Amino acid sequence: MTETPRVRTLILDVDGWPGHRAGQHVDVRLTAEDGYQAERSYSLASAPEDPPALTVERLDDGEVSPYLVDEVVPGDRFELRGPVGGYFVWDADALPEPLLLVAGGSGVVPLMAMLRHRAAAGSTVPAKLLYSSRTYEEVIYREELERLDGRGDGLEIVHTLTRAQPLGWTGHAGRVDVDLLREVSFPARRNPRVFVCGPTSFVEAVAEGLVSLGHRPGRIRTERFGGT
Amino acid sequence: MPFDPAFRFNAACKTHTVGIISRGFRGRGRGDDSGRLPPGQYATDDFPVLSAGPTPHTPLDEWTFTIEGGAEPVRWTWDEFRTLPTETVTKDIHCVTKWSKFDTDWEGVSVDALLESVDHDRAYAVAFCDGGYTTNLPVEDLTGGKAWVAFAYDGEPLEPEHGGPARLLVPHLYFWKSAKWVRGLSLRDEDEPGFWETNGYHNYGDPWREQRYWGD
Repeated sequence: MTETPRVRTLILDVDGWPGHRAGQHVDVRLTAEDGYQAERSYSLASAPEDPPALTVERLDDGEVSPYLVDEVVPGDRFELRGPVGGYFVWDADALPEPLLLVAGGSGVVPLMAMLRHRAAAGSTVPAKLLYSSRTYEEVIYREELERLDGRGDGLEIVHTLTRAQPLGWTGHAGRVDVDLLREVSFPARRNPRVFVCGPTSFVEAVAEGLVSLGHRPGRIRTERFGGT
Repeated sequence: MPFDPAFRFNAACKTHTVGIISRGFRGRGRGDDSGRLPPGQYATDDFPVLSAGPTPHTPLDEWTFTIEGGAEPVRWTWDEFRTLPTETVTKDIHCVTKWSKFDTDWEGVSVDALLESVDHDRAYAVAFCDGGYTTNLPVEDLTGGKAWVAFAYDGEPLEPEHGGPARLLVPHLYFWKSAKWVRGLSLRDEDEPGFWETNGYHNYGDPWREQRYWGD
């Protein structure tokens, strides 16, 4: 399933899939005909209630992601390991604390698993997603997010576009900064559970901004990708 | 459901132990790493960041390094720590998220030098850090010229997002054992799993045996 020109979702048919938690990842191993192998980790995009799915962004200098985005066709097979991870996860039956999700680019993937899980489980815990994308066309899951936002079950979704905004855009423009976090996130006194995922510089800025607004560092769980 | 090590499986052919061929996959990393790349890793020139939470910023005048569990606790302030003899080492590092980086340059104080001041016969250590992170290691993996408390990378003070002002450096294990923002070691008789080790990751973490997760 094509999400954006650079991003594709693969729904996996896995024998004996043990189930997963929202936020976990898997390791994908590809093997070439000469036995050469390459492994990378990808976040699971689907709710635990659904079959495992990966949403992969093509990295132009990548080795595995171009194959998964451009080459794989239904019926192809590759190896998986997982699900993995017990920290960057959210369970709908956890304490009914407000849930604050902050995503940069394809960092939305594990957070989408949490929102899908929240909807599938019928949770009404107050939740917000602040999602930063470069352009409107690069917003992953755009239509599904609109539907989730419209359910009236306590979820609010706020977009910001950093590079270009379409005519008539009513969301925010520019990078996530302290002012935007103050405006759209839960106040620290409500002690939300916070998950932040995106490129390293994005996560650094958001986590520092939230700490400066009084959120306790121990409440902020982060996942980063890319170099510095 | 917690990650269950019993579920090591192969997406499409569970009964085979060898890798299945991924149709059309060619890859590109073959062979020029002269045996330096552990199984399942790829080489990168980047220096990716992996942290579970916000980056702590501890001022140097509040920073101390403490070794607990000996006859009595031993503590250094930053200025005291920086009077200890330093070593400059060049090492390959291997992150469990699959990247390896060759020939990284570090400066630090060897854990051997720190332990010279500590009277103990403990077999295990837990490194503890700003931000609450912990990781566990056998003492023998911290001694014999295998581990440092590093404060400089590539000739510059270690940046906070890479663990500055100081991080543990234990390059022969997966890099999560090289705890960022390290503030001390707790020596003990029994092994006690740390943060990632209680969250699905291997207790020891030898990249050459690909000890990534529970059950490896």
